[in-house]
Amino acid sequence: MRNRQATQLLSELSHAGRRGAELPPSDVPEWPLEDLLPSEAMAAAPPRLPELAEPDVVRHFVNLSTLNMSVDTHFYPLGSCTMKYNPKRHERLSRLPGIVDVHPHQTAGNIQGLLELLYEMQEMLAEISGLPAVSLQPAAGAHGELTALFVAAAYFRDKGESRTKVIFPASAHGTNPASAAMAGFDCVELKGRSDGFVDIEELKQHLDDKTAVFMVTNPNTLGLFEREIAEIAKVVHDVGGLVYIDGANMNAIMGITRPGDFGGDMMHYNVHKTFTGPHGAGGPGSGPICVRDFLADYLPAPIVRQRDTGSDEKRFELATPSKTIGRVRSFFGNVGILVRGYCYLRTLGAAGVREAAEQAILNANYLKALLADVLPSAHGEHCLHEFVASADGLAKERGITAMDIAKRLLDYGFHPPTVYFPLVVPHAMMFEPTETESKATLDAFSDAIHKIVTEDADLLHTAPHSTPVSRPEEVNATRKPVLTWAACNKE
Amino acid sequence: MSYLFTTSDEQQQMLGRIGVDSLATLLDQIPTQLQLDRPLRMPPALTELELERHLRELASRNVGAASRVCFMGGGAYDHYIPSVVDEVTGRGEFYTAYTPYQAEASQGTLQAFFEFQSLIAELSGLDIANASLYDGGSGVAEAVLMAMRCTGRTGRVVVAGSVNPEAVQSVTTYLADQPTEVLVLPTRHGKVGVAELESYIDETTACIVIQHPNFFGELEDVEQIAAVAHQQGALLIHSFDPISVGLLKRPGELGADIAVAEGQALGVPLQFGGPYLGILACKKELVRKMPGRLIGQTVDRNGQRCFFLNLQAREQHIRRAGAMSNICTNQGLLALRATVYLSLLGPQGLKEVAELSCRKAHYAADRLKQIEGCELLFTGPFFKEFVLKYEHGADSAIRKAAAAGVDIGPMLSRFPNLNWLPQEVRDQCLLVAVTESRTKDEIDRLVTALA
Amino acid sequence: MTAENLKYTKTHEWVAVEGDTATIGISEFAVHLLSDLTYADLPVVGKKITQGQPFGEVESVKAVSDLYAPVSGEVIARNDTLPDHLELLTKDPFGAGWMIKVRVADATELSKLLDHAAYQAHCETEKH
Repeated sequence: MRNRQATQLLSELSHAGRRGAELPPSDVPEWPLEDLLPSEAMAAAPPRLPELAEPDVVRHFVNLSTLNMSVDTHFYPLGSCTMKYNPKRHERLSRLPGIVDVHPHQTAGNIQGLLELLYEMQEMLAEISGLPAVSLQPAAGAHGELTALFVAAAYFRDKGESRTKVIFPASAHGTNPASAAMAGFDCVELKGRSDGFVDIEELKQHLDDKTAVFMVTNPNTLGLFEREIAEIAKVVHDVGGLVYIDGANMNAIMGITRPGDFGGDMMHYNVHKTFTGPHGAGGPGSGPICVRDFLADYLPAPIVRQRDTGSDEKRFELATPSKTIGRVRSFFGNVGILVRGYCYLRTLGAAGVREAAEQAILNANYLKALLADVLPSAHGEHCLHEFVASADGLAKERGITAMDIAKRLLDYGFHPPTVYFPLVVPHAMMFEPTETESKATLDAFSDAIHKIVTEDADLLHTAPHSTPVSRPEEVNATRKPVLTWAACNKE
Repeated sequence: MSYLFTTSDEQQQMLGRIGVDSLATLLDQIPTQLQLDRPLRMPPALTELELERHLRELASRNVGAASRVCFMGGGAYDHYIPSVVDEVTGRGEFYTAYTPYQAEASQGTLQAFFEFQSLIAELSGLDIANASLYDGGSGVAEAVLMAMRCTGRTGRVVVAGSVNPEAVQSVTTYLADQPTEVLVLPTRHGKVGVAELESYIDETTACIVIQHPNFFGELEDVEQIAAVAHQQGALLIHSFDPISVGLLKRPGELGADIAVAEGQALGVPLQFGGPYLGILACKKELVRKMPGRLIGQTVDRNGQRCFFLNLQAREQHIRRAGAMSNICTNQGLLALRATVYLSLLGPQGLKEVAELSCRKAHYAADRLKQIEGCELLFTGPFFKEFVLKYEHGADSAIRKAAAAGVDIGPMLSRFPNLNWLPQEVRDQCLLVAVTESRTKDEIDRLVTALA
Repeated sequence: MTAENLKYTKTHEWVAVEGDTATIGISEFAVHLLSDLTYADLPVVGKKITQGQPFGEVESVKAVSDLYAPVSGEVIARNDTLPDHLELLTKDPFGAGWMIKVRVADATELSKLLDHAAYQAHCETEKH
């Protein structure tokens, strides 16, 4: 039950003189601060932070947490996000002393256990991708894309080739064009075929000696495997370009097929998705990249290498690739998330990894079949780990939008699917049930949707009706944004 | 163990409903010749008990701050983390939720991030903060790109040599394929020479990037640097230590247009470098050029206050190639940690953390420089960190300290782009950082180890 | 100013020319199509714009649209009231909702624009 008192803003809960943390007195000589720091650098007073007692803080945040839906509490079939169960053992193990308290500048000799873990993680990611060289540095999938494009740019610069174009399908995640633009490339968007696949003839029209990279998500954002991916890769390679596989949908194919085997030269993983990060309310992620051997020398530094000791003793070191692009962030990478991904892969093993992908495919196809009569999918008889249905028919017949259905699902205790993406499907609803849901949950979810589509349209337009808030006003709030509590007080 | 539910009879029912007779039929979508015809080569699966044994064995071969005395710095610090931070952020409702696109299902996350933005705006002395970026280093690179958008200038970017070298390297990597020239101003005396800086900037310069307190722990003349930037129409990007503003003036008060920070000190564990917390704040007129997520306050259908993802039209999922950044996560859980941490500390607590760190660092510096063969490389005022020069070599200092259970560093020689410092100086120098967590006894132990 | 005597682009900008000064805005049709605009980014005075190239943009909550210059020239005035009063675009798109005034560089460019009737016909095709 919502505690309205405790969920006021921290600034409103503040009471002068309260404190939630005490520190020990100083045990070093009490030299006057004025002797230590120049007076012109000193603040007149500390920042105006809220003043709260420890129980205030706990009650505030615990109550806030209850206003969220989460994988721990609800079915969360958010397409393209892979909201699978986050194993609790990962939380305990990533907080072990010797992992959670290791300083990033600790010398290699003092962190052999951690380097061994990270080295094994590199090896497993290489094996699952079929691409041998790995950087664990990128902080998220989009960061991985950007890093890989920097690698590609460095590679072409090194070869003396001026390649300016990055090509991607219209169904691509927005991160693909955004990353390409950030890395200094010109963007070319392909319309694609009406059945949702890349049109090779259209692609060929744009391929030339200016083509740097073709970025493609496979399976694509419709949950379909690009059957002609090998041919697509070949035509890109024929003009000297590289193929980038957006690994957002690796949960569908891990252990079944590998980007390196179907023509990819570079890819990223989303450890927080595929290897159950967790998502952390929007981050942190971790976006390692894998590349072909001829790109290995350009990877950001450092990477973990195993040193040849000439004996059985394993020694690991941090190494800088010879033509490295430099680095894309401070320190090694999002190690806390990589440790969780490592635990996941070590728990599943080879058979478990494949089984998880297969079960994700089974669940998605089962849900697709259950919903087909009310929310048909325009694309594909079967899908892989997710599918895109369209509420276009309902919108035309009954004036019910994808957003209405999404919002009403909240009243039934389900997190909605992704809506209005990909842009190529009208009233798109993208469902990704993941493998860690039972048939019973999928049945209940389908029942809810079937009920919703028969409900009164007005009831749906104003849904949700049982959540802490309903339909935030966005237009005026965007015209005059209030982004801090200091700004609220000014209004 | 794959955390699965489905039993074989259920699987048959599901396949029946789909209208296929086997799972293999569903995989027909993937051309057979592209399917992997062997199992992945991975180590064998482990049960939870075996996994824990394995992880404990790996962890036992690492040196962690908890079992030692940590005086290490260079951008990550062993500040104390109150237990409430772990307890609250360990709630599954927070850490197993996703990006709060559905406001009705995410008010907890949204309000916490709104509070985070408010707290960071206050810490930075600027109007607006976003809901966080990946980390401090990439945050500096994002801030530079933002300054280029704000000024419309792409000719030059000037970065002080006293900025964290890994952040500098991130900037040069991000700009490698842009026409923009990245000039790094050597800071041989430990901080920016303002007169020299003037000769580096011109009317094509988008921004000056400084760090204060800087990578060497020293204080910069921020107000003078801001004046130099603004005179040429460039922006000042100020990378700051969020703990330092408990004692020191805030970036906004000193003339910064954009403030960035590594927020690790605000309740985030060291965990070998990540995930950490990228902080970015700015003046309100720059808000539409900001990268990253922004949470806004609004009212719902019933007039009740609530929060939502505002100004999304800047972001990649809408603006695609024209987006302010490609970023589509924030460091949500770490932003939450910082929010809880700052709520617990309050103004007085933050001041005390800053003051204790500063006092103890000065005590340590004072004791260390009395040792023969030890001196401080720079002589200007510093906050909680300083560069120690050890005539027998930095690695020897680290070894001696380690033998006494104490960790110091990093050595300056670890950073290839500090090459404007002479090699012999880099070989002899290392950073020593002191937080409120250290005691006088521990400092004395370090002194004894090096004496 | 009435809608009938303006010139239009296929991208829904209108232009009214008096002497060498062109006033530029977006049509009622465009305002309706974009719905609930939240932000307008207009060029500063002194900026040179080029026919057919973007000179600014308008945002709604979930979309961004470029504004394309109907004529080339230098911006000599900007409607600074507009960004804070976007309702003017709905209320009076051809009057108080104007965006910028430009000193026309090349009057012959105007012949490339649509007259009201041709623009109406163009809008009809976009509705389908």
